[in-house]
Amino acid sequence: MIKEVELNDLETHAKNIRREILTMSYNAQSAHTGGALSCVEILVALYFKILQIDPLKPLDADRDRLIFSKAHDAKALYAVLAEKGFFAKGLLEGYEKTGGKLPGHSTRNCVPGVEVSAGSLGHGLSMAAGVAYAGKMDNKSYKTFAVLSDGECDEGSTWEAALWSGHHKLENLTAVVDYNKLQGFGLTKDVLDLEPFADKWTAFGWCVEEVDGHNMEDLVSLFSSTPFKSDKPSIIIAHTIKGKGGIPKYENEMSSQYYPPTKEEFEEIMENLR
Amino acid sequence: MRKAFINSLTTISENDNRVMLLTGDLGFSVFENYREKFLDRFINMGVAEINMTGVAAGLAMSGKVPFIYSIIPFVTMRNYEQIRNDLCYQDVNVKIVGVGAGFSYGPYGHTHHGLEDIAILRVLPNITIFSPSDSVEVGFCMKKAMEIDGPVYIRLSRAEEKSLYENDGELMVGKGSVLKKGNDVVIFSTGALVHTALAVSGELAKKGIEATIVSVHTLKPFHIETAETLIKEKKYVITIEEHSVIGGLGSIIAEVIADAGLSVPLVRIGVPDRFTKEIGNQDHMRDVNGLSVDRIMRRIEELGLFT
Ligand SMILES: Cc1ncc(C[n+]2csc(CCOP(=O)(O)OP(=O)(O)O)c2C)c(N)n1
Repeated sequence: MIKEVELNDLETHAKNIRREILTMSYNAQSAHTGGALSCVEILVALYFKILQIDPLKPLDADRDRLIFSKAHDAKALYAVLAEKGFFAKGLLEGYEKTGGKLPGHSTRNCVPGVEVSAGSLGHGLSMAAGVAYAGKMDNKSYKTFAVLSDGECDEGSTWEAALWSGHHKLENLTAVVDYNKLQGFGLTKDVLDLEPFADKWTAFGWCVEEVDGHNMEDLVSLFSSTPFKSDKPSIIIAHTIKGKGGIPKYENEMSSQYYPPTKEEFEEIMENLR
Repeated sequence: MRKAFINSLTTISENDNRVMLLTGDLGFSVFENYREKFLDRFINMGVAEINMTGVAAGLAMSGKVPFIYSIIPFVTMRNYEQIRNDLCYQDVNVKIVGVGAGFSYGPYGHTHHGLEDIAILRVLPNITIFSPSDSVEVGFCMKKAMEIDGPVYIRLSRAEEKSLYENDGELMVGKGSVLKKGNDVVIFSTGALVHTALAVSGELAKKGIEATIVSVHTLKPFHIETAETLIKEKKYVITIEEHSVIGGLGSIIAEVIADAGLSVPLVRIGVPDRFTKEIGNQDHMRDVNGLSVDRIMRRIEELGLFT
């Protein structure tokens, strides 16, 4: 069980990260804010409690790897990496800005800590599977995590990677789906229903757990218990809310994928997130 | 150009109930009216472009005319073999609509840039490739796409460019349209950069150089004699495109010149053969890749073509 003080620390990180996400969104007038907000707790739990990483040695051969596949939500990844100390927070100002360092979709080594270039959905799980497989070949003890969106579970490539990882019993691989139930142009259940979602992964040879993706304590305890089985890849279906903790009217709304906060909304939310 | 596209598709769909719109989970704030109006002919296929392309082939084989829509790399590259085998090989009546030509999605990163689509699609038999430069050309390409019984690709930019024509009366498939006549040099351009080519011709005129400007709205088929006639008697030929310098409009013109045995210098202006490290908005990305009016003029001056 995680201690209360530690939990408070994690919640503080989450709040800081939400502030940074909203600031980037407002400054760059960018899209892709709702899905960044929905994966904050997932990333905080991983980066601050689970991953064996050293911000000063971002390319260490034995580091745990996090493959951020839903790269359109890069604001969340950038903010977490900066909070963790991989690079100066000032660089966040360059998000989607001419002359800045942070492209709209996270790009390999654009700043220390970003493992892969993604942005075209459905590429991440395959790359993560390759990283995990190589780790086993070389008898490395590092773990590989992949963060996916529910939308990219539409892609055939995601399921090819799922089948392959199950077949090869990649127990050193853990995938997390940020299951916020909204995708680019509709509700997941209306566009292409994923349910029964857990059963699909089970059938593909994975060990599945479901969790409230905003409950830090539960996330940490689940991540700590990976691999769930010694001969299977693990998957966590994290039930989340798109736009969570941002502008109230964006929660569970598709518009949170597209519209940045207005000036008034921005000022109000920054006040609330103090 | 997205607005021009959806307006044109709406009109076409009103008159022809075979027409359908399939999208790869895109269209927020653009497709809502269409969806409401043609409920059973609109399908959000999800983020699954490969399946979307194959399903479209099956629909077309069964009498429908599907338009498939996404951002350029996702609707031309992710699903490339489906385009080759399911659409082109079987010559079925599917229209591919790609949005985001060149650096339309400037700061998003290279996953979203549309810089190699012409090169890879041009080699496929049976496909027609349109690359309109304004809303009139978009309407024209849409109309012609419906007359063609086979695969068509329409390459759209994301911005709303200003109109270059009053109507499409003079436009012809396969033949670039001459927007301006001049005797010294001919500039072929396509898509949004036609507007840049026009600005370049203005700069050249200040230096006493008269340019013919051609908007190549159809990249395939390409009417060779028309291009040859425009090239002959000119001192130089220039191509300007928001696409890799390999395999696009510059290559098409190089082939025309070589095949016809013409001896005229050709300057191909396009995106250099590398991924751009910097990030920035579309204007910035164009500039660092040599596609702004300034950079194009500098390039022409450095080559000493007109001294
Ligand atoms: C292959 C591919 N197709 C389409 C897109 C365009 N696109 C970006 S985000 C998105 C959907 C967003 O929903 P989801 O994937 O569920 O992400 P989240 O809600 O977690 O932000 C789409 C269709 C893309 N980036 N890649």
